[in-house]
Amino acid sequence: MRLSVSIQTEDFDVSHELAQLRLNDPQIGAVCSFVGTVRERNEGSDVSSMELEHYPGMTEKSITAMMEEATKRFDILGARVIHRIGLLQPQDQIVLVAVTSAHRGMSFQACEFLMDYLKTQAPFWKKEVTPEGARWVDARVSDDKALARWGIAIKNL
Amino acid sequence: MKVTVCYFASIREAIGHGSEVIETDVQTVDALRNVLLARGTTYQEALSTERALRMALNQMVCDGTALLQDNCEVAFFPPVTGG
Repeated sequence: MRLSVSIQTEDFDVSHELAQLRLNDPQIGAVCSFVGTVRERNEGSDVSSMELEHYPGMTEKSITAMMEEATKRFDILGARVIHRIGLLQPQDQIVLVAVTSAHRGMSFQACEFLMDYLKTQAPFWKKEVTPEGARWVDARVSDDKALARWGIAIKNL
Repeated sequence: MKVTVCYFASIREAIGHGSEVIETDVQTVDALRNVLLARGTTYQEALSTERALRMALNQMVCDGTALLQDNCEVAFFPPVTGG
């Protein structure tokens, strides 16, 4: 099983990552990926930049545990998560979640599961710069609800 | 015992540093939080029981009843906002 996570300041190339994830594995018939990017507006304000902080060590452990959980729930062949940290601008890529499987259903589901899990359980924090000043982004109740759909009761808020 | 305490994001900013080593005899994460709260207003504002606060023991999410061990790492942080 190909599972890997990278936390990095550098940008990533989605095509390259997907090619690596399915390299030399003829069992794969589906590749599903999600890319999160920096929006120029959040909570009614213009965002000029964003700083992402994380908990080194725990971040990698928690995302690895999420990927292992995904392999138990879904019949998948591999998964790759990249999350950027540091200073980001609107339109920048923040996060990649990619999953491979034999048929599309499993990779679609596992990709959404991993993203819902990551949003509320991986230790990252965003601070955005707006015309009103810098502010920490508030966690959303809707993200806890998204995770609860998978039968996971752990709450962020 | 020796406990490394880490703070992140808004809590790190409120306390003014990212980590510290504490010598203590208390048993649980909640008891450690109370030791810190007793230090005064800076810690009280950062680690207030009225604020949504998450905690981890040895880099695993835990609740306040988690038991400390010598040389363990405890972290206090606000709800996460990655992705």
